[in-house]
Amino acid sequence: MFAFLARRISSGVLILVTIIVVTFGLFYALPRDPARLFCGKICTPEMLAAARRNLGLDEALLTQLWQYLSGLVAGRDIGDVHCAAPCLGYSYITQRPVLDVLFERFPVTLSLAAGSSVIFLVVGGGAGLLAARFRGTWVDKGATSFSLAGSAMQVYFVGVIALYLLVDQSQLMSRPGWTSPLDDLAAWFGGLLLPWIILSIIFTATYTRFTRSTMVETLGEDFVRTARAKGMPGRTVFFKYAARGTAAPVITLFGIDAAVLLSGAVITETVFNLPGIGKLAVDSVTNADLPMLMGVTLVAATAMIVANIVVDACYALIDPRVRTS
Amino acid sequence: MNPLLSVRDLRVRFSVDDGTVHAVNGLSFDLETGRTLAIVGESGSGKSVANLAVLGLHDRRRTEVTGSIRFDGTELTGASERELTRVRGDRIAMIFQDPLTALSPYHNVGAQIAESYRRHRGASRRAAAKRAVEALDRVGIPQAAARARSHPHEFSGGMRQRAMIAMALVCEPDLLIADEPTTALDVTVQAQILDLLASIRDEYGTAIILVTHDLGVVAEAAQDILVMYAGRCVENGPVRDVLDEPRHPYTRGLLASTPRLTGDVHAELTAVEGVPPSLLGPPSGCPFEPRCHYTGLVEGDLCRTVLPPLLTEGGRGSACHIPHPRFTTEKDR
Repeated sequence: MFAFLARRISSGVLILVTIIVVTFGLFYALPRDPARLFCGKICTPEMLAAARRNLGLDEALLTQLWQYLSGLVAGRDIGDVHCAAPCLGYSYITQRPVLDVLFERFPVTLSLAAGSSVIFLVVGGGAGLLAARFRGTWVDKGATSFSLAGSAMQVYFVGVIALYLLVDQSQLMSRPGWTSPLDDLAAWFGGLLLPWIILSIIFTATYTRFTRSTMVETLGEDFVRTARAKGMPGRTVFFKYAARGTAAPVITLFGIDAAVLLSGAVITETVFNLPGIGKLAVDSVTNADLPMLMGVTLVAATAMIVANIVVDACYALIDPRVRTS
Repeated sequence: MNPLLSVRDLRVRFSVDDGTVHAVNGLSFDLETGRTLAIVGESGSGKSVANLAVLGLHDRRRTEVTGSIRFDGTELTGASERELTRVRGDRIAMIFQDPLTALSPYHNVGAQIAESYRRHRGASRRAAAKRAVEALDRVGIPQAAARARSHPHEFSGGMRQRAMIAMALVCEPDLLIADEPTTALDVTVQAQILDLLASIRDEYGTAIILVTHDLGVVAEAAQDILVMYAGRCVENGPVRDVLDEPRHPYTRGLLASTPRLTGDVHAELTAVEGVPPSLLGPPSGCPFEPRCHYTGLVEGDLCRTVLPPLLTEGGRGSACHIPHPRFTTEKDR
């Protein structure tokens, strides 16, 4: 297990470096001039040249890349600001180190992702298992219909309606917003409850359908029949054998979804005005804040890599066949 | 003496998208303790379905089972799932064709065996684990204690089938249903598994139903044979008699399509031409009639219109309109 993790983590770091190099090349090939953005609205040619020199933008592209990479390890000075290691660059728009902003925004996205994941895994997975267990009955038909309807519930539509009906009109739920759980746990929960529910609807629909179909398939496997032939009671057959066979594909799906959610739920964060990574990405694109955008890209890449490693580790725990190979 | 298992007029039907499949159509047979009955037939002849019905392992929502399955005085058709779970694995055990897919990939072999023993005997975890190792040892797995902690994918095909047999044996069942236990194995391993089954039968007095399509396996391992065609028994009797002097045209066809070590090595094998009838709407006459070479021996269109009943005489049965003394004296074709 240790060798496995060490191998996966080192290859993950390699992927990250590759992504940095590629994004770097991509961004600096763009026609927007970072120095022009840094300089601000009133900008004389002299100020622009000074800004360019300060930011190190007059250096060759490769030198700039080297500065960025070494800044990750050792920190660097950008203009007259010191950016401590690991330095992900300096945002010209917000006038702050990228990493500081990411650290500020990530808890929001993490809270949103974790809360809605709990909901859709429990509700979706549970409904899928129930539908498979009572296949063909009204339970199955109900779960399948709800899941079909749920797939159509796009956040930008349902979210806005829910905001209007549940918050503005009836005050049934507290207004969505961000409070750090360290400051006020109840406010954190209240502010995220509606976003959690709305974001999880579509996922719940997907997970219900996916869990149901995987479970139905596993229930048809030979080893499940063997368990029945041994005289195992229905509950044991269902949970100990079939559900275990269903867990691996569901975890794989969840790994991808978790990574996407951790890169920021752009629409949900925008609709509910939550200052997470997704909202940051949108704002950075609008403002052409390249260093910040690069930071967001790295967060997304890291989330994907970490999620993959966790999924593989879980896989090995569930399926001994993976352990040996 | 009452037979251990007595099946009477067993009918299994299940619904599919296109209609109703008549998989088993009035199957009857008896099996006594300590004997091996081979059930032979092509794919789709209903042999596996009939045996799954004995244990109630069919999909209950889609399947309708009628007739009688009496096991040691207890009626199994219509028994509740609760009653059946008590019989399964304890008094009637089953082994399947492909041990790789039939064993759980997620649990180690010892645990899969022990589980059954704990369930039926209420043994402690430790006692059941010990019992599992004994069972593995009994079926000839070397270093059984260490191998009990292995997973099925770490076993070879033959070892897996041995483990499967150990699992079936752990509660010393009265009846063992082996559904094509050697089909997925190498020929050399096949013989070992058949020997193992025979030694188990002799040691514990277990009755065995051996489902197979391999007449070589039948000759080697069984005392009685039951030939199935389109969900019916077309011929039964002691293995020696039936294989030496088959009475039903289908059995003759099967034998002619099986290579033999005695006699002319260069003799051509003949296939039974045609395909089995669709079980969605079985014909009213003899289901084998479209493929039969002997219909000329029967007057009129009896074969096409009337289903021949299984007539038993002197321990042998055959379901054919041709009276057997006349049939056996006729030259082939």
